[in-house]
Parts: sequence; C-alpha cells; structure tokens
Amino acid sequence: MAELTYRDAVAAGIAQEMERDERVIFLGEDIAAAGGVFKATVGLLERFGPKRVRDTPISEQAIIGAAMGAAMTGLRPIAEIMFSDFLAVCWDMVANEIAKARYMSAGQMTLPLVIRTANGAGARFGAQHSQSVENWAMSVPGLKVVAPSNPADVKGLLAAAIRDPDPVIFFEHKALYATKGQVPDGEHVDRLGTAKVLRDGADVTVLALAAMVPRALEAAERLQREDGISATVVDLRSLVPLDTKTILAETVKTGRLYTVEENPRLCGWGAEIASIAAEECFYDLDGPIVRITTPHVPLPAADALEDATIPSVQRIVETIRRTAG
Amino acid sequence: MSNSPRTAPAGASSGPRLDQATRLALFRSQLEIRLLEKRAYDLFLQNFVKGTSHLSLGQEAVAAGFAVAMRGDDYTFCTYRGHAHTLARGAPMVGVLGELMGRKCGLMEGKGGSMHLTSVRHGAMGSYAIVGAHLPVAAGAAWSAQVRGTDQVAVCFFGDGATNIGAFHEALNFAVVWKLPVVFVCENNQYMEYTPIRSVTAVEHPAADRASAYGLDRLVVDGNDADAVYAAAAAAIGKARSGEGPSLIEAMTYRYSGHSRADPAKYRPAGELEEWMKRDPIALYRARLLELGLPEGALREMEGAVQRAVDEATEAAKASPPATVDVIDRDVWADGGSSWRN
Repeated sequence: MAELTYRDAVAAGIAQEMERDERVIFLGEDIAAAGGVFKATVGLLERFGPKRVRDTPISEQAIIGAAMGAAMTGLRPIAEIMFSDFLAVCWDMVANEIAKARYMSAGQMTLPLVIRTANGAGARFGAQHSQSVENWAMSVPGLKVVAPSNPADVKGLLAAAIRDPDPVIFFEHKALYATKGQVPDGEHVDRLGTAKVLRDGADVTVLALAAMVPRALEAAERLQREDGISATVVDLRSLVPLDTKTILAETVKTGRLYTVEENPRLCGWGAEIASIAAEECFYDLDGPIVRITTPHVPLPAADALEDATIPSVQRIVETIRRTAG
Repeated sequence: MSNSPRTAPAGASSGPRLDQATRLALFRSQLEIRLLEKRAYDLFLQNFVKGTSHLSLGQEAVAAGFAVAMRGDDYTFCTYRGHAHTLARGAPMVGVLGELMGRKCGLMEGKGGSMHLTSVRHGAMGSYAIVGAHLPVAAGAAWSAQVRGTDQVAVCFFGDGATNIGAFHEALNFAVVWKLPVVFVCENNQYMEYTPIRSVTAVEHPAADRASAYGLDRLVVDGNDADAVYAAAAAAIGKARSGEGPSLIEAMTYRYSGHSRADPAKYRPAGELEEWMKRDPIALYRARLLELGLPEGALREMEGAVQRAVDEATEAAKASPPATVDVIDRDVWADGGSSWRN
C-alpha cells in the first residue's frame, strides 16, 4: 500500500492503463503540458508522449466527438471535460450520439471510452463550476456512471472504466482532489457496479456518493457517540450499473433508509433509489425513506451560502436524529 | 437561375479524364441512388415507409463521386439525408429499404430508422440526425487512423445548414490543428430546411467562404457533375491519405423533393426546380457516356439491371417480417443487454 492523494490516483490509474494498452489515448483542455487545472494528470505527457496525451482547444463538442470517433474505430480514448458543468456544452455528443450509437446501430458499434470530469461543490466557484450532475448522466440510457470517494477507488474504478467496453462518465469530486488514502501497490483494477459497505450499523442505513461519503461516515460516528444511533454507511461508487442487491440488503437490515446527495432536490439519484426501495422492500421499512439533498436552487458562491446548501455533517446528523426514533 | 453554381456547367464533353470502369461505376452508383430513392418515395406514399425520410433525389453525383473515389476501409459519416451515402458505400438495398420499412431485415433491425442508417462493415459509420454533430466524430475517426498509423481517410458529408452550427467550426479548427486525414463535404442544396441558406448566412458560400478562417483552400465544385466531384474527392482524399491534412469542399447541388417527406417545398420560387432539373446529374452523365462512345444498349442494360435490383430488394423487404420486439432491450451495452442493475 502507498499513500496517494485523490488527484495523484487519477494520474496513476490513467498511467497504469496507458502502460498496459497502447490503444488508450487521452485528450482534453490543459491536460498535457499543464498537467490539468486540478493537477490530476501531471506527468502523463512526459511519460507517454504527445501522440497519446494531447491538449485540445476549448471545444467540448470536438473533444467528445473526437473521443467517440476514435472509440468506434478501435481506440480506447479518455476525454476530460474540465468541469462537469461544461457537459452541458457537449451534451448532444454525450446523450444523443455516444449513448445511442450502439443501440441505434443494433450493436454494429462499440464505444469503449471514458469521460472524466470534475464534479461537485466545495471550492466556492458558484453556480456554473460547482454542480453535481451525475444525475443527468444517470437519466440517459447507454451511459455508465461512476463517482469514487477515495484514492483507491479512483485508481481501481478508473482502470475498470477504461477497460470497460461501454461509455463511462467518471465523476471526480473536486473537493476530494487533495484528500489522501492508501492505494494498493501494483496493478489495481476494481469492478464497476459494486457498492461498498463502509460501516456496519443496526439502526439506520445511509447511502452516499463521492464527497458525501466522508460526511456520512463522520455523521455516523457522531450519531453513535451522541445519540447511540448505529448507522450503516454504503458508498454507492457507481450509479449505472447500480448495485441494488447491496442497497436493498443493507436497507432491509436496518429498516431505515437515508440518501445523502449533492444533486439538487428534484430528480436527484436518491429519488430513483427511494423509488426502488419503496417498490421492492416496502414491508421491511420501519419508517419513511428520507432524502438529504441540496435544495432545488442554483448553487450560490459565498462560502457561508455554499456550506449551508450542500448537505453537511451537521445536517445529516440532525436529520437522522430527528427522524430515526 | 440565381442559385446556380458558379463553376462551369457540366457539358457533355467536359470533365476530367477517367477510365471507363470508373465512369461506369459513377453512373451505376448514381442510378442506384436515384432508383432506390424513387422507390423509397413510392413506398412512403403506399404507407410502407413510416416516420420520416430525407431523399437525395437530385444530389446523387455527390455521394457517387466520393464513394467511388474512396477506398474500402475509409470511413463515411453522413446526415439524416443518408440513404445515398450508405448505399454508395455498398450497403445492401434490402437492408436500406428494410430499415426504412421497419422490417427485421433492416440494416439495424429497425432500431435506427431512415435517419440513422449504418453499415460499419461497409465503412458507413452512421447517419447523424443532430445537425453538425458528426463533424467532430469524423475528425475523431481520422485521429484514430492517424494514431493507429493506418492511412485511412474519413469523409464527412453535411448540408449547408450545418455550417452555421458550432460543431462545424469546432471540428474544422480541431482537424486543421491536428492535421487529421478527414474530408469535410458540404452538400449545398440551397435550402437549410425550409429557408434559403443565403438568407441566414453571412457569406455567399456557407462552407467554402469559411475555409480561409481555418487556413484551408476555398473549394467549390459542381455537385451535379459526378466527374467533377470525383476529381475533387480524389484530390482531397489523396491529400488526407498522404498526411497533408483536411479539406473542406462545397458541392453545389439541389434537392428535387422537400426537406423531408412532410415538406412539399412550396417556398421555392416558380421555375427554380425546373431550371435545376435541366442539369440533372444522371441525365448529364448519361449524355456524357454516350458522347464518349459507350453504346446506348450497354447503358440500358445497366439501367435495367439496377431497376431489377431495386425491385427485388423491395419485394424481399416487403416479405421480411416486422422488426421483432425482442431487440428492444438488446445492445444498449457491449454485452448485448440493457441491464442497469443487478
């Protein structure tokens, strides 16, 4: 095991796969010479050369379109969209072209590609650079959706995404880039579509994703300490495929289900999971399913406002304390 | 004829020197497109073709000229007006008609329809129905050829309307900066959908007049003259194949029918269609072949053979069962399925 930051785990995952498979190529804005605006891709240009690691103009449609064209002709491109908010600029490419090409062609095309993007709040960047948009991707048939919460998962899930034969939108959380964690030595490849139970509890089950995972864990510790409430915490890691087996099993064990989402209220991923749980384990529930979300507003910039908008440890603790009795 | 191309008219004896086999291939390809598109129109009137369809009647020379100049492993990217380009690359007629008719025998088993014809094994890498979207995709396929070190070329067809959308400009800049082996072909048929392209565009030639912004040559070709198209295609494809980068070609042409099956094209000034039909690409080409000494009988024989092929494909498509519902949840993913959960 070695300690890596979340951002270094990104570069490590890409490097591991580029070393292994020469079909893997990487393009995006400022990703090569500059090493990425979040410094998550430092050293890749030097190691793999300008033929495989290429800076692009600010042309999101060209970036994603080029990745699609390369993927359908035998390569395995990784494309970076600097901020996930910018997916809106190339959403036609993502949702209309990439997601549908295989289906519309009755399987004639395969698109093994990864779109990496920095998602989520915490940097006080305001409404156009802080959104969590994994629910946009989740709503489009034909896209796989992954969002890791720690360095080991970044490397392992990114490697799995690159090896996957289908398009994967890989949401890195910009508030987590500086966090550190142990990453297995040597080749590390995880499995898409698998949630992880990070904490075992008897009273409530809390589902979280990306930056909400460490907050849910901290809230669970406080609830144990201050209220004697014992919480299971599940890191979903992947929205598509969705590990409903783990979700339902962990929900049934405690009878109480909470979701902690950065998505704005309407149609956040927790709504889909709440619907699945209500339909499939309703009689095992001991109370209403509760979603802890960002309110349905564009994200404000000021630190005091952003902190009050995104679900905090305090809000998770208070919500569960109020409702779990 | 205010919208006529400024290039020299395609007289019977004009055009570059081509060998007879190439000329016959150009004629046959145009004939196949013409007769198949006419059949598609008839089948629509008979309610065999549902949904929508966008015909290339009048524009056959562009598809034929490029397809004949391409190599078997080159890539074609085209638009929702894509029957012609897909057919020209060699996709079977029965697969094209079957797809239009929603039959099991369709190229994509009924899952794509008229606007998304695809035949990867023929290099037809998809028909794209969001205007301009496929220009960056074609650039990506060209990038792939460059990275893999093959000398394949991507050819990307689009309408005049696509020149005013962002993806057109992003793709051109990108392709030039990376010196990609891609040929962008604007089929300027004078109307974006129902609106004349001139009335909504800052320059006279919507593609060619933008070429200089990307350091490319201004290339306008007579899109109703298959020989002229072939010559321009061969030059641009040769340039791309030898690593000299992309080209942008504007082919001047005219569509005989409306934008789609829903459009009677009443917005066109009286007489405009008739003027263009005097320069019908297939009539012009036939006259040229006769002038070059090909016997009338040989041309008739080819016309008969193509008509029979279209008739047979029509009957085969009609005989095919409707698309089967078992394909609905197939092929979302590479594992063949559509599952999003365990």
